[in-house]
Amino acid sequence: MGLLDKQFNNSNVIITSLDNLLNWARLSSLWQMQFGLACCAIEMMATAASHYDFDRFGVIPRATPRQSDVMIVAGTVTLKMASRIKRLYDQMSEPRYVISMGSCSNCGGPYWEHGYHVLKGVDRVIPVDVYVPGCPPRPEALMEGLIKLQEKIRNESRVKKTA
Amino acid sequence: MTPQELSEKLKTKFGKAVIEVKINGVLNPYVKVFPAKLKDVAFFLRDDADLQFDYLMCLSGIDYGKGTLGVVYHLFSMSKRHKITVKVEVPVDKPEVPSVTEVWHSANWHEREAYDLVGIVFTGHPDLRRILCPDDYPGHPLRKDFKVPEFYQGMKVPY
Repeated sequence: MGLLDKQFNNSNVIITSLDNLLNWARLSSLWQMQFGLACCAIEMMATAASHYDFDRFGVIPRATPRQSDVMIVAGTVTLKMASRIKRLYDQMSEPRYVISMGSCSNCGGPYWEHGYHVLKGVDRVIPVDVYVPGCPPRPEALMEGLIKLQEKIRNESRVKKTA
Repeated sequence: MTPQELSEKLKTKFGKAVIEVKINGVLNPYVKVFPAKLKDVAFFLRDDADLQFDYLMCLSGIDYGKGTLGVVYHLFSMSKRHKITVKVEVPVDKPEVPSVTEVWHSANWHEREAYDLVGIVFTGHPDLRRILCPDDYPGHPLRKDFKVPEFYQGMKVPY
């Protein structure tokens, strides 16, 4: 915070709305529930690694739903996994968000017709905020998905009810 | 040992238990045996000094679609560097094949997979459970007559 130190050297007052402050805080530290299920997980890991550096958006991977704000469902959701996803989603504390990453978790992807074991879209068990298309999506696409989610959070209000 | 010599050896040892031998015109020469004799044949293939098939490369379950199911064993000998394929066929209404887990331990999970997806019952298997599909999954999905269930645990399955 070197820049701000020089600007505000005494105890100053910043005026902003409570919504702005809270939303800024929430969207800047979206801790991510790791949910790598298939090849999309490789791209998700690449996004989190140094080259793309998800950390600069405040995204830190967590291994437990109780510490996470956003679940990135990366990969093929099988029928066997669907109940686990639902349970882990239920264990996340609100406000919680879901990014569906890749064609498989969006709509079943290549398994849409003959996938006897694949859930045709994770939105059949949990609500999804952002769909990221691709098979698998490049890290840039996942980052854009996250920025879309940040936009959504920025427009939320703790005071007014959102539509 | 060539497939020709090998099949001759099997025929002299097991006689009528060998149903069919195909060597020419196929990528992998195979011998087809009676399911009831499979375990004896397997032990012989593994333990005979000239054969020494110590490695089960692959075990596949098949639905031939004409009322028969099959199991195909791809064998390889690490010391002798030769290969053979063994096949068995069973009727779909009584799909019982003796397990070869005792002969090759790697068969354990392969047989569970063939049981899960094609529905072949391996008699004598130590732990014959589904390996991939959920335990309460209806039917065996790689059967030709399998129909995808409309709902599974309240979730709609078809697109």
